[in-house]
Parts: sequence; structure tokens; C-alpha cells
Amino acid sequence: MKFWRTPLDADKMKIPRGELHIIVERCKGCAFCVEYCPRGVLEMSDEFNSKGYHPPKAVEPENCVNCDLCEMICPEFAIYCLTVEEEAVPAEGGKGS
Amino acid sequence: MSPKGIPEAVIAAVSGEEHPIAPFLRMDRMPHIWCSTCGIGTTVKALAAAFEKLGTDLDKVAIVSGIGCTGRVAGYVRLDSFHTTHGRPIPFATGLKLANPELDVIVFSGDGDLVAIGGNHFIHAARRNMDIKVVCVNNFIYGMTGGQVAPTTPLTALTSTTPYGNAEPPFNLCHLAAACGANYVARWTALHVRRLTKAFTEILVKPGFCFVEIITPCSTLYARKNRLGTGLDIMKYYHDNTVIEHGADPAEADIVFGGPIICGKFVERDRPTWLEYQDQHLTERLGEKYFRAKALQEACER
Amino acid sequence: MKADPVGVRTGTFYLDGDRAAAEGAIAAGCRFFAGYPITPSTECAEHISERFPEVGGIFIQMEDEIASITAIIGAAWGGARSMTVTSGPGVSLMMENIGLAAMLETPCVVANVQRGGPSTGLPTMVGQADVMQARWGSHGDYEIIAYSPQSPQEAFDFTVKAFNMAEKYRTPVMVLLDECVGHMVEKVVIPPADAIEVEPRRLTDAAKGEYLPYAYGDDLVPDMAEAGMGYRFHVTGLTHDERGYPEMSVRCQDWLVPRLVAKIRQSADDIVEFDEENADGADVVVVSYGISARVSRMAIDLAREEGIEVGFFRLRTIWPFPEKRIAELAKKIKAFVVVEINLGQIFYEVERCARGQCETLLSPHAGGGVHDPEDILKVIEKGAKAK
Repeated sequence: MKFWRTPLDADKMKIPRGELHIIVERCKGCAFCVEYCPRGVLEMSDEFNSKGYHPPKAVEPENCVNCDLCEMICPEFAIYCLTVEEEAVPAEGGKGS
Repeated sequence: MSPKGIPEAVIAAVSGEEHPIAPFLRMDRMPHIWCSTCGIGTTVKALAAAFEKLGTDLDKVAIVSGIGCTGRVAGYVRLDSFHTTHGRPIPFATGLKLANPELDVIVFSGDGDLVAIGGNHFIHAARRNMDIKVVCVNNFIYGMTGGQVAPTTPLTALTSTTPYGNAEPPFNLCHLAAACGANYVARWTALHVRRLTKAFTEILVKPGFCFVEIITPCSTLYARKNRLGTGLDIMKYYHDNTVIEHGADPAEADIVFGGPIICGKFVERDRPTWLEYQDQHLTERLGEKYFRAKALQEACER
Repeated sequence: MKADPVGVRTGTFYLDGDRAAAEGAIAAGCRFFAGYPITPSTECAEHISERFPEVGGIFIQMEDEIASITAIIGAAWGGARSMTVTSGPGVSLMMENIGLAAMLETPCVVANVQRGGPSTGLPTMVGQADVMQARWGSHGDYEIIAYSPQSPQEAFDFTVKAFNMAEKYRTPVMVLLDECVGHMVEKVVIPPADAIEVEPRRLTDAAKGEYLPYAYGDDLVPDMAEAGMGYRFHVTGLTHDERGYPEMSVRCQDWLVPRLVAKIRQSADDIVEFDEENADGADVVVVSYGISARVSRMAIDLAREEGIEVGFFRLRTIWPFPEKRIAELAKKIKAFVVVEINLGQIFYEVERCARGQCETLLSPHAGGGVHDPEDILKVIEKGAKAK
């Protein structure tokens, strides 16, 4: 992660990581999760589920920070995040340091 | 495993797995009946999240719904849940709460149910400050019956019974609830999932009549008849046109077709609830003869 | 089980029928009352509003009758024995949710102090024209239990029975008073609590997670759970399966609705009550109920003085209707004379059960007052000449 000024506790900071789960068959293709994912993890798939909707697919799953917004906004209870073991943040020095 | 450490199998479609909301829902009834892009499911998720945050004892929560799309909420939550008749969830909840004041009683219903056919019950429960939590999913239209005009439909909007545009001024529900004496009044949209969750956590611990209005997309009827695009377009509209103003005068928060939507927590006050007032008054009048006097005394001493 | 002594005001009182019904309700364990003022039933609500704070009941005056019936249904699911009281126009408003109570199988009691109708009619004056409304008023198929007291004492006694039957069969029960019985003041004896039998609620003892709200046994009555017991059950006014889940199908409708009807019909012998006097061997049997039954007695005495063999059959329960006994009597007598303050309601029930085996005659009254015994006598005389 890039900091404008490296915090003193940078070595202790961790970026939360989420493990994305999509229940494809329950999806009705509203695209809310794709639109509102703040990390651009999702994209609408070209595939159809058996109801004929396009479910989302994770294109950049490693970017998921477990913010839960997709899970909260999904009207179908079809997507959720689980917390994954956090890794230490390799800090890069910002300009101000 | 992918190089980044995320298991492929998890990212791929996993249909056998269960969503964390499962313990809160009757999963044997999924999928629900709500259309694609309908916001009702989102409001249910926010309620579940609020319960989780508060650590509420779900055995002591009852949900009462009326009739309509939102009326189906009672049938999907794994709680003591009552799907009653059209417009009547508030009086049902009143009886339920007074018969067992330990219960958290939540009315979850739609705008047509709560303020058209059920309007009289709505204003009187607010006036009494009955200790029930009323959640109104407002999509501006009668969904289940096919898109007829509602008492919340904005002026000029098209519905199946206003083919030339609605010529009746709508209710401003938050203003109505506040004027009648509700202890808590807030409005959010289906987009404001975090704030909505927070509002739910607040009303669940707030005594008295608490009212939350949730503006919600109905793409199948309201959006289609009014050429508003998809549900996603409506969510984007909320994003661009919502003005959050906590403490705003709800009288100034009318909803106009194509206009901004003023959201926020408008009212938070502490009028005594119906039962609190009864207790206080009857204890004064009857003293020890009042059946709850002793229990109240013990509660005070604790 | 015996009545809770807290609610039983044992003693001998001079009470009107409305207040006697209120005392009956409190004695039977009623602890939630929601109502809306309407003549001639209001005394019952007033009496309860005064008594409840001391016995542990919640009284609330709602915004209308629709709210009143719905609140008592909610209260029943919250664990209270509950009641509302009203009169004809109020019952008309309550009908939608009397149907809900029947569909959810909710024990509750509705007292109707009948007045002259239709519409606003004669608010302060007697009528008995709501008996068919009590039976058929809500939409769809269901059965109901209805009592018809003829005195304040019976208003007390029958209200206790109404609560017991509501619990036993998980159904709304109606107490059909009329304005005369509601407003007449007479001696009422309230027995000690240990002399009043109270039917306990049929609560389930199923393990959590295994409870099926509409699974039933031989008596066709499912065991009940109340909100807050931890069963997390669902009930709906939609056609539902044994889990209480909606199911829109012919199969499910056929599973549910015939049972709602049968649970009352198959137990009719347990529920039906009537008084019979000299009916065996009579030429004419007078059938009546409520205040009309008391007026009929004078006409019967007059007819007997004329040498006519008259029997008397008084309905204590109106619904279910005592079909069997009426059918038996029909084979032995010349005529039934039905005396009621309407233009023919129970009359058609009697005629249906008589199946043409004897004449069925009506002594009608349009309402607002009771019959002149001389008018009833004329019909009895006509009946005595039949066949």
C-alpha cells in the first residue's frame, strides 16, 4: 500500500482481505454489486444462470477488502464475503516521508 | 489455489454453499418472489445486519407484515412472523406487543398497506406512541396488484390507474409520522445500506413508535411505466439525487417526481410510550391496586 | 383447570347483560380487550376498562372495529386470552379479520350485542338479524361457534363457555347477545373461582425446530405456539401448509379448508347446547333464542291454555346448529314455529333440517322491539292445524 506519509505503525497495519462467494443460481442479475464494489472486483458475466440472468463474476478477487458492501446491497442474498487471514502490509514510502 | 492465495473454487460458482444471512431467513423458502432489482431484499439484509450488530435475542423478536410485495417479508424471516390482512399489521402488532411487552415487535410492510388502507392505524399508533417499530418500504406504487397509483405516488407519475399521470398530491410519510408523534423518524433509500442498518440498530433499542421509510426501486412497474430505466438506474438516481440532512424538518422533505430525495434521521425524541404512560398514570391513580405497580416497583429498585 | 381467583368477583350481583358478559370474560381469564364504542354494547367495554387495571388486563380503545378485532388476534398470539365487543355495524367492519382469526386458528371471543339493522338502523333498540352474519359474514368457507344468552346470568355463563370453546377448538367464538339481554338488569350469581372450569391453551410441547404450526391429530385442532416461546414459527392468512408456509395450490386448499370446517362440524355434539321442554309428543314446537325465547314462553302458555300441545326448543348455541335434533323432532310433530327478531334467518335453518317432514312457520319481527305474544300465538295456532 502506498502512503502519502508512512504512519509510525505501518508495520502493524493490515489490509483486510475478503474471500468472495457468489451463489450463481440465486442471482437475478441486478448488477448492484458490480456497480457499487469500491474495489472493482466484480464484472457481469457473459454466462447465464439457469434462470436466465447474468450473474457477476470476480475479475480481480485479490482486490477484495471484505467491505461487505456487495453482501449488504444484494437483494437476493446471492453474494457474500468471508474474512481471510490478514497479511502484513508491505509499506512503501510516500513522498512526504 | 491461485497465485494470489484466493481459492479458485470459492470464486467460481458455489451453489451448495450458504449465505451468512441463512440463520436469519427461512432458506427453504428461497428464492423469494421479489423481482430482479427490487430493493426489498436489501432492506431485509440490513435488518439482519442490525440484529447481528446488536446481538439481539431473536427468540424475542416478532415481525408483522400486511399484504403486498413487502408484506411477504414476514414469510421469509426465521422469526415469529405474522402475515396478516391488508393494512392491519399495526393493530395486530399493537395487540401482540401489549400482550407480551418483552417482545420486540417490528412491522415491516409497504406504503399502500401502511398508509392507504392502513392509514388510520398508522396515525393512531404514532399518536399513542405504541412501542412498535414500523418499517415502510416505499416504492411509490402498488406492486403486487400490477402497478396502481398509491398514496405515495408523486404528482404526474404514470401508473396503471393514472394513465395520464397522477393528479393527487401524495403523503409525505415522514412528515405524517412526525406530526402524529412518533419518537423516531428517518428516511433512507435502498442504496444507503450502512445508514439504514444504523437506523435499524437505533430503532431496535429506542422505546416508542419508531418509523423508518425506505425509498426502494420497483423496476417492474414504477420504473417501467415512468421510463426510469432499470433498477440500477434508479439506484444511480438515488446516488446522485439524495440529500442527507439529519434533523431536517420533515415538512420540508416532500418527494417530487424527478426531484431530490431528502434523507436522514429527522426526529428523535422521548415521549413516553403507551404502556409507560399507562403505568405512570394508573400507578398514580390506583396505587398498589394497579396490577403492574408491584412489578414496576421491583424494577425501579433493581 | 380452574379459573384464576384474581379475575373472579364471586357473589350475587344486580347486573346488565353487557356487564355480566364482561365479568364472564374476566373470570374466564380474558386479559386483553380492544374495542370501539358502539351502542348497545359499550357498557361491556366500560366495565372492563374499570376492572382490568386491578386484575392484570390491558384495555385499549382502538381507532375502529377493524383495529379492535385485529389487536385481539395479535394479543392471542402474544399469549393473552382476548376479546372485543361490538354491535352490528362494528361486526360488519370486523368480518375481514374474523376470517383471519379463523384462518390462523386464533382463539378469541367477539361479543355482538345485536341491534336493529340494516346499516345504522336502530342503535338503541333490539334486533336478532345478525345470526346469519355471524355464520357466514366473512368470505370463504369456515365454521364458527356462536352462543345466544337469554339473560344476564347466561351472558356471564356463556361468555365463560365461549372462551373455553375458543381455546379448545382454536377458533373465534361469537357471543350473540341482543340489546334487550345486554341492557336488562337481573340477578347474576358469580360462583367461586374453583367452581369455574377454564380450558387451558393448547400449547405445543414440540422440540424447538420440530414444531409444525398446522400439524394436527384426530381432533383436527393443531397445537399452538405463542410469539416469544422460541419456536420462530410463521403464520399467514394465505392458504398454508403444515409449516404455516403459503402454498397456492388446489391440493393445499383442499388439505386446509375442509379441516377448518370439519374440526367444528365433527365436534358438533360436544359444542351444541339447547334446552328442550315437552317437545316429545308435541304437535307444535316453538324454536327460539335470546330475548325472543323469553317472550315465546308467554305465547306457549297461552297456547297450552287453548289445549294445543306445544313444545319448546331453545337454542343456547346457534352455531353449530342442532341439525340432528331438529331433524328428529320434524318426524314427530306437525309444525315448527320459529320466533326471532328478524324476517327469517334461523327459520330457514329449521326448514332445511325439517326436510319437509313437517311445516315450518315463522313468527317474524322487523326489529326495534320484541314480539307481541298474541302474534306468536296466532302462528302456533296455525301450526297446530297443519297436516
